[in-house]
Amino acid sequence: MELVQNFPFLSIIIALFSGPLCSILGSRWARRVNTAVIALIGIMSAAVLAYTLRTGESYVYQMGHYSAPWGNEIRVGQLEAFMAVFFCAVMLLCMLGGRKELALEVEESKQNLYYVMVGLLLSSLLALIYTNDIFTAYVFVEINTISACGLIMIRENGRTLEAATRYMIMSLMGSGLLLMGICFLYDLTGHLLMSNIQEKVAELQAAGTYHLPLLISICLMCAGLAIKSALFPFHAWLPDAYGYSTLSSSAILSSLVSKGYIFLLVKIFFRVIGFDVIRESKMINVLFVFGILGMIMGSISAIQENNVRRMIAYSSVAQIGYIYMGFGLGTTAGVIASLYHILCHAATKSLLFVAASGLTEASGDRKDFFSLTGAGYRNRLAGVAFTVGSLSMVGIPGLSGFISKILFAQAAYETTHRIFPALIALALSTILNAVYFMKTVIRIYTPAARAGIQVDGRRISMGEQKQKSAALLCFIALNLILGLFSEPIVNLLTQGLAMFS
Amino acid sequence: MSRKRSEEEYKKTISFRLKQWADGSRDPFLDTVEMKPALPESGETPLDLHRQEEKRRMLRQVYDTEHNAEVRIFRKLYAVMGTLLCVFLVLMLLTAVSWLPTVGQEDRPVNNEVAQRYVESGLSETGAVNIVTGMILDYRAFDTLGESHVLFAATCTVLILLRVDRKKQRAQAETNDRLYEPKNDLILQTAARILVPPILIFGIYVILCGHLGPGGGFSGGAIVGAGLILYLNAFGFAKTERFFTAKTYKVSSFLALACYSLSKCYSFYTGANGIESAIPLGTPGAILSSGLIFVLNICVGIVVAGTMYTFYVMFRKGGY
Repeated sequence: MELVQNFPFLSIIIALFSGPLCSILGSRWARRVNTAVIALIGIMSAAVLAYTLRTGESYVYQMGHYSAPWGNEIRVGQLEAFMAVFFCAVMLLCMLGGRKELALEVEESKQNLYYVMVGLLLSSLLALIYTNDIFTAYVFVEINTISACGLIMIRENGRTLEAATRYMIMSLMGSGLLLMGICFLYDLTGHLLMSNIQEKVAELQAAGTYHLPLLISICLMCAGLAIKSALFPFHAWLPDAYGYSTLSSSAILSSLVSKGYIFLLVKIFFRVIGFDVIRESKMINVLFVFGILGMIMGSISAIQENNVRRMIAYSSVAQIGYIYMGFGLGTTAGVIASLYHILCHAATKSLLFVAASGLTEASGDRKDFFSLTGAGYRNRLAGVAFTVGSLSMVGIPGLSGFISKILFAQAAYETTHRIFPALIALALSTILNAVYFMKTVIRIYTPAARAGIQVDGRRISMGEQKQKSAALLCFIALNLILGLFSEPIVNLLTQGLAMFS
Repeated sequence: MSRKRSEEEYKKTISFRLKQWADGSRDPFLDTVEMKPALPESGETPLDLHRQEEKRRMLRQVYDTEHNAEVRIFRKLYAVMGTLLCVFLVLMLLTAVSWLPTVGQEDRPVNNEVAQRYVESGLSETGAVNIVTGMILDYRAFDTLGESHVLFAATCTVLILLRVDRKKQRAQAETNDRLYEPKNDLILQTAARILVPPILIFGIYVILCGHLGPGGGFSGGAIVGAGLILYLNAFGFAKTERFFTAKTYKVSSFLALACYSLSKCYSFYTGANGIESAIPLGTPGAILSSGLIFVLNICVGIVVAGTMYTFYVMFRKGGY
C-alpha cells in the first residue's frame, strides 16, 4: 500500500487531535495550529486526489486489524478526495476572512475554544465524506452538530444564544430521526457497512419482503438529514444562526456544515440504499416538491428582509432548495447538478458573507439597506466581491451559478414529468434572486450624497485589511474557476459518482 | 485495675453526649452546622414576579396578544399541529416496529456472520473477556474514538456557554455559589468521608477491569465523576482545587485523547498496511491483557470523569 493511501485516515485523526491540542494552547497558538492543520489536510487531500485520478478507481481503507463487516473502514474515491480538498480550501478562506471579527466579537479567553470547535468540525466533515460505515457517519454527525452549535453561540449575545438553542432543538430532532432510520435499517439488514447494506436491500427488494419498514427507514433518514440541512419548511433556525453569529461561523455554517449532511444523503442514496430503490420509494417526489417550495419561499423571505446578513441567510434556504430539487429529479444528471451546486454555493455564499461584512464595516457596522447606500465606493474590493457573488447567485455566464443552473436545466430535460415544474421553478427563482441581489448591488453603488441619505461610514482601503482582502480575492478566483473551467470539474464529479456506488 | 473517672473525663465520652442528646439538654448541631433561613421557592420572590410581569408586558406590547388574531390562531394551530405531528410520528414508528423481524427469531437478519464472529472469536482476537468492550474498543474502535471526542466537544461547548471569564462576574459567581447551600454541612461531610473513597476506588476498578467483566471506561468514568461531585459538594471548591482545577482537566483530557488518537493511529496504520501489531494480547483474564483495550479504557475513563465533573462545576459556578 502506498503512503498516499494512508492520508485520508491521517487527515481525520489530525483534525480530531487538533481539537484537544488547541484547548490547552493560548488563542494565538491555537490559531496558528488550526491554520496549519487545515492547510496540511488540504495538501494531503490534494495528494489523495492526484492519486485517485492516476489510478482511476476508488479504494477501501481498513481501519484496524479487522476487515470490513467486523471492523470499520473508509472508502476513498475521486469525488471524496475532491470534496475534501474543496472543503479545506473554503474553510481556510472563511477563517482567514473572519479573523478580525473573531478577535473583536469573541472573548479573548475563549478564542482557543473556537479553534477547538473548528478542528472538530473539520474532522467530522472529513469523516462524513470518507466513511463507509453508516454508524460512524452518525457518530460524526453528532460531533458536527455540537461543534456547529458552539460556533454559533460563541459570540455570546442574546440573538446568537437563542439561535443556538433553536439550532440545537431542530438539529437534535434531525439526528434522532436519522438514528431511528439507521436502527430500522440495521434491524432489516443486519449490517452497518454501507456496501453490505446495499446488497441486503437489493435482496429484500427482490424477495419483496419488509417493504414498509424499509420505506419508513428511508423516509426517516431523508427527513432527518433534510431538517439538519435546513430544507424548507425546516429552516426556521437558519436566518438567526447565520445572521448574527461571528463572520467565520456564518460562512462555515452556510457553506460547509449543511453540505456535509447533504453529502451524507448522497452517500445514502447511492451507497446504502441504491438509487433505484430510492427512486421507487417515491421519497424523491417529496424532496422535489419541498426543494421547489424552498427555492421560491426562501427567495421571497430574502426579498422581504432588511438586514443584509439575514438576507444572505435566507438566500441559503433557496439554494438548499435547488440542491434538493436536483435530487428530486431522480436522475444521475440531477444529482451531479446538485453536487456542482454544493460547490458553487459553498464558494459563493462564503464570498457573500465576507463581502457583506466588509460593506457593513464601511457603513458604521449597520446592516440595514439604507446604511449600505454607497458602501461599494467606501470599500471597493468588498463592493466588487459582493457584486461578483450576487451575479453568480443570479446566474450570469462566466460565474459558477450559471453552470449549476444550466446543469439543473439539462438534467430536468432528461426527465419526463418534471421538466415543466423544474424549469418554471428555476426561472421564477432566478428572477426572485435577481430582485434581492440586484437591489442590494444597486444600493451599494448609489452614491450616498446623490440619494440624499446621511451615512456615517468610513473609507476602507484594500491594504487596510490584508487578510480579508486576500480571502475575498481567493473566493472571487474560486468562483471564476468554477464558472470558466467547469467541464473538467463536472467530468470529475461524474466519474467520482460512478465510482461511488 | 479500676479507678474512678473524673467528671471532666466523663463529659468527653460518647455515652455522656448520647445522654445529653437523649434528654435534650444539648443540640449537637448547634454551633457546628451552618443554619440558614429557608429561601422562598423560586418563582415566588418579588424579583421573579417582577420578571414574569415584565415578560407578559413585553409580549403584550410586541404582539398585542389580546387583540392580535394572528398570534391567537397561530398558538392554537401550533398546539393542534404539534399534537398531530406527534401522534403521526408515534403511529408511524409503531407500524414500522410491528413490521420488523420478530425479536428472538432465529433467522433474523441481525444474526449473521458479524455477530457470530464477535461471539466466537472475540476472545481470541481481542483478548478481552468482555466481548462488548472488545467490540467497541477494538473491532469498532474508530466509532468510539469519535464518541469520546463527542464528549470532549460537548464539554468545550459548555465551557463556551457557561465559563465566566470576566473578573467582576467571577467575584459575583463566587458569592452566588453558596447562596442555596450551607457551608460545611456536617452530615454531608461525614457521609462523603465514608462514601467517596469506596466510590472512587470502585470507579477505578470498573475502568481497569473493563476488559474482564461488565464495565469499562464510560461507566467507570461516570462513577469516578460522581464521586468527585459528591466530594466537591461536601467540602467545597477550596479542597477540590488542591487536586483538580481547570488546568488539570485540560491537561488530563488532552493527554487521554492524545494517547487514544496516537494508539489508534498506530493500530489503524498497521492494520491497513498488513503489518503485525507489536502489542501483545497477554493471557485473557489477566489484568494486564487484551493489548490496547486496557489503555484505551483508562483514557476513556479519564475523559468521561473529567467531562462529568466539569459539567457540574460549570453549571454550579461557571469556573473552577
